[in-house]
Amino acid sequence: MSGYRIHRPGERINRQKPVSFQFDNVQYKAFSGDTLASALLANGVRLIGRSFKYGRPRGIVGFGAEEPNALIQLETGAHTVPDLKATQVELYQGLLAGSTTGYPSLDFDLKGLLGKFGRFMPPGFYYKTFMEPVKAWPVYEKYIRKAAGYGHAPVLPDPESYDHLHHHIDVLVVGGGAAGLWAATLAGRAGLKTLLVDEQAEMGGWLLTERRSRIDGLSGMDWVSQRLAELASLPNVSVLPRTTAFALHDLNLVQAVELLQDHLPLTERNAALPRQRLHKIRAHQVILASGAIERPLVFGYNDVPGVMTAAAGHSYLNRYGVAVGREVLVQTQNDAAYEAALDLAQCGVKVMLADARQGGAAAWRQQALKSAGVELLLGHGIAKVLGDKSVSGAQLVKLDGRNNQVVGSGPRLSVDTVLSSGGLTSTVHLFCHNGGRPVWNQQQLSFVCPDEGRDNIACVGAITGRWELSEALGQTHAAVAALLLGHGRGSSGNAPSVASEEVAAPRAIFRLPDGKPEGHGAKAFVDYQNDVAAADIHTAIRENYRSIEHVKRYTALGFGTDQGKLSNINGFAIAAEALGKPIAEVGTTTYRPSYTPVTFGALAGPHVGETFDVRRYTAMHASHDARKAEYEVVGQWLRPWYFPKPGEDLHAAVNRECLATRNSVGVMDASTLGKIDVKGPDAREFLNRIYSNAWSKLDPGKCRYGLMLDENGMVMDDGVTACLADDHFHMTTTTGGAARVYSWLERWHQTEWPELKVRFTTTTDHWATVAVVGPDSRQVLQKLCTDIDFDKDAFKFMDGRSGTVAGLPARVFRISFSGELAYEINVDANYGRYMWEEVMKAGAAFNITPYGTETMHVLRAEKGFIIVGQDTDGSMSPNDLAMSWAVGMKKPFSFLGKRSLLRSHTAGDGRKQLVGLLPLDPKVVLAEGAQILSNTDDTVPAAMQGHVTSSYHSAFLGRSIAMAVLKDGSKREGDTVFVWAHGKSVPAQVVSSVFVDKEGVRQHA
Amino acid sequence: MLVITCPYCQEAREEEEFSYAGEAYIARPAVPEEADDATWGDYVFHRKNPRGWHWEQWQHVAGCRKVFAVKRHTVTYEIAGSWTLADGKALYLKEQA
Ligand SMILES: [Zn+2]
Repeated sequence: MSGYRIHRPGERINRQKPVSFQFDNVQYKAFSGDTLASALLANGVRLIGRSFKYGRPRGIVGFGAEEPNALIQLETGAHTVPDLKATQVELYQGLLAGSTTGYPSLDFDLKGLLGKFGRFMPPGFYYKTFMEPVKAWPVYEKYIRKAAGYGHAPVLPDPESYDHLHHHIDVLVVGGGAAGLWAATLAGRAGLKTLLVDEQAEMGGWLLTERRSRIDGLSGMDWVSQRLAELASLPNVSVLPRTTAFALHDLNLVQAVELLQDHLPLTERNAALPRQRLHKIRAHQVILASGAIERPLVFGYNDVPGVMTAAAGHSYLNRYGVAVGREVLVQTQNDAAYEAALDLAQCGVKVMLADARQGGAAAWRQQALKSAGVELLLGHGIAKVLGDKSVSGAQLVKLDGRNNQVVGSGPRLSVDTVLSSGGLTSTVHLFCHNGGRPVWNQQQLSFVCPDEGRDNIACVGAITGRWELSEALGQTHAAVAALLLGHGRGSSGNAPSVASEEVAAPRAIFRLPDGKPEGHGAKAFVDYQNDVAAADIHTAIRENYRSIEHVKRYTALGFGTDQGKLSNINGFAIAAEALGKPIAEVGTTTYRPSYTPVTFGALAGPHVGETFDVRRYTAMHASHDARKAEYEVVGQWLRPWYFPKPGEDLHAAVNRECLATRNSVGVMDASTLGKIDVKGPDAREFLNRIYSNAWSKLDPGKCRYGLMLDENGMVMDDGVTACLADDHFHMTTTTGGAARVYSWLERWHQTEWPELKVRFTTTTDHWATVAVVGPDSRQVLQKLCTDIDFDKDAFKFMDGRSGTVAGLPARVFRISFSGELAYEINVDANYGRYMWEEVMKAGAAFNITPYGTETMHVLRAEKGFIIVGQDTDGSMSPNDLAMSWAVGMKKPFSFLGKRSLLRSHTAGDGRKQLVGLLPLDPKVVLAEGAQILSNTDDTVPAAMQGHVTSSYHSAFLGRSIAMAVLKDGSKREGDTVFVWAHGKSVPAQVVSSVFVDKEGVRQHA
Repeated sequence: MLVITCPYCQEAREEEEFSYAGEAYIARPAVPEEADDATWGDYVFHRKNPRGWHWEQWQHVAGCRKVFAVKRHTVTYEIAGSWTLADGKALYLKEQA
């Protein structure tokens, strides 16, 4: 096969540490320090995947984040990770990986057959082909889905952990190449709190590959070591390798993900440490030194495995000791690729170099290549690559010196590898994430960041289009020195000295011509991952897509896991040519986070499972567990839903609980109700303003039901508030509304009425509440408490008392959410479970029955009591709910929402109002949310009259009941309406929403 | 994500500690019953929603729970400053004048 190992001085692999790994079920050997890509290449593996649309064989193209093809599935089961780039996966002992494409197999791919007819799959192919008939789409979809896509998501819970770390620093440097290292050095020397991040395992950037440069007389990597040693000695500097800054947000918030353990074998990972860490970095100054990425040229069949970027071929050689081929053709339009050709030739590889420029590179480079035995073909371009699953040769053509045209035929070369270089593309992504625009540089043929950066963001090195090391370091030094001066600090040291070299200008060519009109010759790919060819961009423009954003969406150019790092500039250039506009005018598509894919695990960090949304348990939870309660989540609380006895389902249990409560006594954990302590000389006045009803005459020892309205006059919360003393109230809110109401009170107090002397304390967690409900509840309380007089005339409905219950100080309120005689016992939450068990003991003689939220709902619906948020939806006024009795229109202060109740719309006719519904068939329980119609024969679209808000079977009444909101409902008692759900229309009669004990005898008993 | 300084705690903290509490210095009609429907409707529903500097309220919900005023630019997200409601109001009124 093609690739093989070669010893290179300064290679980054450790030959003393051999590593074995598996790819597509075959065992291979490589070395520690390899990436999966270098390891596969060293083993001669070229076919890594199949292309997205045509199923064409694909191999490794790049050597880092830019890789479009080599997407692999790493590991299996719970540890599986899809779509990693083989070029970024650090090899470890026992690594297991496979290709993500190829159906039914990588070697024989069905789409590959389709690909042979590729010219019949233009952009928009799926839209154009599978549009009709609509009914057949599910069939198409099944096969398209099977054939499409890359990799599969894990289906098991992630066994590894992730965390988040926040930084507040002076300077963040993104990129650990020469420019970034020098910027960090200067910032560090100036005493600024500095963080340097780089995505790779090792700092050095392009110096890891390029070995000829000398900086301050040192070899590149020796200079890197010197920098790292100095940075390590500075206590104000941190350096994070394997850390990708993937997003830059407003106000210099940068997110970076650090791969802490991905490079370790699964068995050697420390379970106590996170696999990855998300860094949220807030930096006064961001210095972007993210460098540049070499892009390939676009030519016929440039996707055959064995065609790579010159930078990739160069890096595999010098970093990993892998020669990517034995007979290599380098195709370039710039000087830099000569370096790759030279190093390969000096390693004994047979190298030919075709240069699109008639004059070729600077004379000294041409001389160096010739001395190394490299054949130079100036003014030549590749027309097409030969070979199917691997490169076997290349057909060249002679190029015109000025226009991008073919002027004659060229040689047909027998080679096993093609390296191409279309020049560098600045990595401007982060600069653009929050609105920065890159500028086109016609000399350097790239969109680059402006030298001046922007507010608090400096750009240094190749990101500004300075490809030559001497220029990059010179600009870095000047830019950082200026920045330090702005911070009132000087810079120490001189710019590193690097000899400058003569460079010939690159040729502005992106698509090498083959002498045929676009679309007639060999397919020339621009975006490998999305199978976008040069001809597709021409088609899009012929079909009148003018904006580059539209061309992108129509062709899929630049989508996918590589986000067009190799393809975008080529695509823009080809579009510019087709549009007859300069590239600068065509512009770029929008750069959005993330720069490279980030795992959901890292983004979620510790906020998973129970810490994603906090789960709250009442003090009595263990008692409920012991009685085998089924639970439901209400707000963040886990509340008993019902308490099934063996063999009971929800309905059986709820029927039993309801009857027991109405006939003897039930008990419920009411601790989750929001509780707010309101205290101060103006507490009463504050309640008058915040509630719709009047509080002036509520004496200590009395309770009152209150409605809270928003300024629009709509009900937002309700609850009972007890007067403990003239200046002290115990307010309760709905379980889900507690936090909202607490803020609501504070905000009105602080913004509108700061003169009122009143304070609020949230006491929800301080009190545990047991509701004892039913005709026998008084007797239960009497057994537990001797210092409160429970006589019906001494302790009336809506009274509150303090006393000693089961030996504990308690607040007892005689209030009822069921219409029964009932008491709520509040004790210090630490005694909640004790109190619950004491009540159970005291009630044993009365068949005391614990019940949950479902029974609570049925009992309150039998009484027509609303639940805010279920029977109301933010558009219900007290009048709509037939609760004008709870509105004190005569109160002196204009309470919240009062004025809105008088607005024409709120006071007018045609509003939906709360009613009761009795289905004509008492066995039918209406569907909650079902729409109400006036006639059975309404056709679509019917005039909707309202909807069912609550609906249950009432065991006590032996029939179904429902609450609903109905247009002008208050005037429609006795009407028959039709409730439509699940394709059926059910007749029901409009009645009062109070179904049980209309006179209220039971609760006053 | 903003960094907001609480004028009570006198510290710059991450936005996560705060809750947005709407436009600042909306005057509730002194005698609501005397406001006509249009005036009252403006007060309840209409907000400035400017492209530019905006006076708004934030509450330090995970801190001191105080509501205070912040002058923030809705395009650049720049924060000109934060003040207690009373201190901010003087500035706000001067700007409006
Ligand atoms: Zn504060």
